[in-house]
Amino acid sequence: MNVAVAKTDTGRVLSSAFAAARDQLPGGGKIAEFRRQAFEAYDRAGLPHRRIEDWKYTDLRALMRDILPLAPAPDADALNRAASALKLQAVQGARRLVLVDGVFAPDLSETQDLEQGLGVRTLREVLEAGDAALQAQLFAPGGADAMVALNSAMMTDGVVIDFADGVILKRPLHIVHIASGATPAAMFTRSMLRLGKQSGATLVESYVAAGGAGAYQVNDLLITAIGDRARLDHVRLTEDGREAFNISSAMVTLGAHAHFNTFGMTSGASVSRYQATIVFAGEGARVETNGVNLLNGRQHADTTLVMDHAVPNCGSREIFRAVVDDRAHSVFQGRIIVRPKAQKTDAKMMTRALLLSDEAEADNKPELEIFADDVTCGHGATSGALDESLLFYLRARGLPEKAAQALLIQAFVGEAIESIADDGLRDAAITAAQRWLEARA
Amino acid sequence: MMALLEVRNLQVRVEEREILHGLSLAVNQGEVHAIMGPNGSGKSTLSHVIAGKPGYEVTSGEILFKGEDLLEMSPDERAAKGVFLAFQYPVEIPGVATMNFLRTALNAQRKARGESEYSTPDFLKKVREVAKSLNIPQEMLRRGVNVGFSGGEKKRNEILQMALFEPSLCILDEMDSGLDIDALRVAADGVNALRSPDRAMVVITHYQRLLNYIVPDVVHVMSKGRVVKSGGKELALELEASGYAQFEEVAA
Repeated sequence: MNVAVAKTDTGRVLSSAFAAARDQLPGGGKIAEFRRQAFEAYDRAGLPHRRIEDWKYTDLRALMRDILPLAPAPDADALNRAASALKLQAVQGARRLVLVDGVFAPDLSETQDLEQGLGVRTLREVLEAGDAALQAQLFAPGGADAMVALNSAMMTDGVVIDFADGVILKRPLHIVHIASGATPAAMFTRSMLRLGKQSGATLVESYVAAGGAGAYQVNDLLITAIGDRARLDHVRLTEDGREAFNISSAMVTLGAHAHFNTFGMTSGASVSRYQATIVFAGEGARVETNGVNLLNGRQHADTTLVMDHAVPNCGSREIFRAVVDDRAHSVFQGRIIVRPKAQKTDAKMMTRALLLSDEAEADNKPELEIFADDVTCGHGATSGALDESLLFYLRARGLPEKAAQALLIQAFVGEAIESIADDGLRDAAITAAQRWLEARA
Repeated sequence: MMALLEVRNLQVRVEEREILHGLSLAVNQGEVHAIMGPNGSGKSTLSHVIAGKPGYEVTSGEILFKGEDLLEMSPDERAAKGVFLAFQYPVEIPGVATMNFLRTALNAQRKARGESEYSTPDFLKKVREVAKSLNIPQEMLRRGVNVGFSGGEKKRNEILQMALFEPSLCILDEMDSGLDIDALRVAADGVNALRSPDRAMVVITHYQRLLNYIVPDVVHVMSKGRVVKSGGKELALELEASGYAQFEEVAA
């Protein structure tokens, strides 16, 4: 059977890549053993394909075909090009933490004068010299998902951020992933953010390419633990190069009365997937998660969210908007799990797709798994084209066609963007959306 | 003198049905023309075709505006040249703030004419002046375009745009529909304030009532896709007394 053969070939190429890379990967002893097990888990499964239900619409075996060799550590030239790309990514007042080709770049990052109660380390440091409990926590996501398992095996660097109890920082942290694009390569990063009780943090994650970057692959994972009564405001902007692959995962755990306001926007990359699992571990927590896909050409972008209500009295809101042009393909999968104990859960999800061409495609898969009987859960989905009567009204007022469309597209994604609570983060998202609209005009 | 707007023998279809069967009309600069006629006579079709709404097929005839072929232009090009259609049913555009819409539209028109864009303070000053004269509160301008506006507010928002864009041809499509007498008076006052020797208006209406407030120079009667009679303002009163039935026979 063809698929089996393809898997074997890909597996063989990667097995040798792992064998070649393993001596350069940070962490010996126990870490090396974690990596070996993770690689075996990946190797057994291979690249996810359409017959795995969670990956039904994003068949990496067809789209990605193989995993590129591990990116070499960036040289001076790569760092220079990354520095130029960084200029476009300024988030007002943010503290930048920069990863170039999967390796932390201290000269491009701002790690001096850390605020009291804020700890920032690199993943490499933690894997090489961290305590065993923290290392185990970093490997906790396990190997149930093949791409997470591969990340466990291959991760080279990232940032490990800690907020002490009660520390509230207005200054955003900005993790910028830059691909220098010198050679076709894969980068594997993992970061962790731990918020102590009653702390407050603002985090932006950006994925970009240096000018002229060609094909590359990003595989990233962010582990987030939000302590009791802590709050995290989070924005994630995927603006990778147009030949790039970006497979990113997130594991978020919320303590009691914690609050997580998160927004993700994908306008870049050839093929991308953001898969996040959010677990309510303490009562009274709240999540607002909103997302926008802005796609054209032959882009494929998948957002897969799992909202796991494990305890009573929590609320979640999901608003997702997809704008799909040309032959692009947008996927939204939203699963809401309400476990038997999770009474008084209030969970809602609304997705809308705007199709700008006859060949554009948007797939929407809501899944509600409700095992408690006293809950409020709902979902809705719509898709359609731009309203002709609105377009004519705007054009009759002097707006050229693309400008009229742009105004209506902005309005369409507006509700998701407006839900970003932090003003600075909202501006960063609006700027990224405008970049897409201007490139389209 | 060349007419500002000249419609010659216009034949228009929607899908397979012909709506206008060879309509001709000439409007000079500074004039206000009323087009009256029963429902289904093609009044709104004429206004849509002049503004460039998609879905209408012009099978014969031409429309000249300032001597140029209007039918060759996109709707936004027509707007930049000075054609303004006040919609019978202005659409609601949630998520697009009125102020942002007004500025984007005004600057798009100016850019198309090769004029410089308005600075923000100049623009705000201009909008505030016009809004005040039309009794439009600032709060309305912060809302989405026409979102939650009453019928009267929507019409006043159309007139606000007319005042802001300073078109040379205004087409008012059934401006009186859905307005009570007070709202009608406010809207008509707004329109009258914009009458000028440089500007022509075409007022489309079913009822004579509107023409008590906006007094036309010329009245045309449309029936079954043609102009069947033209005359002075007294023609409107004549129609009010005798109805449209006589003209339907003429057209048939």
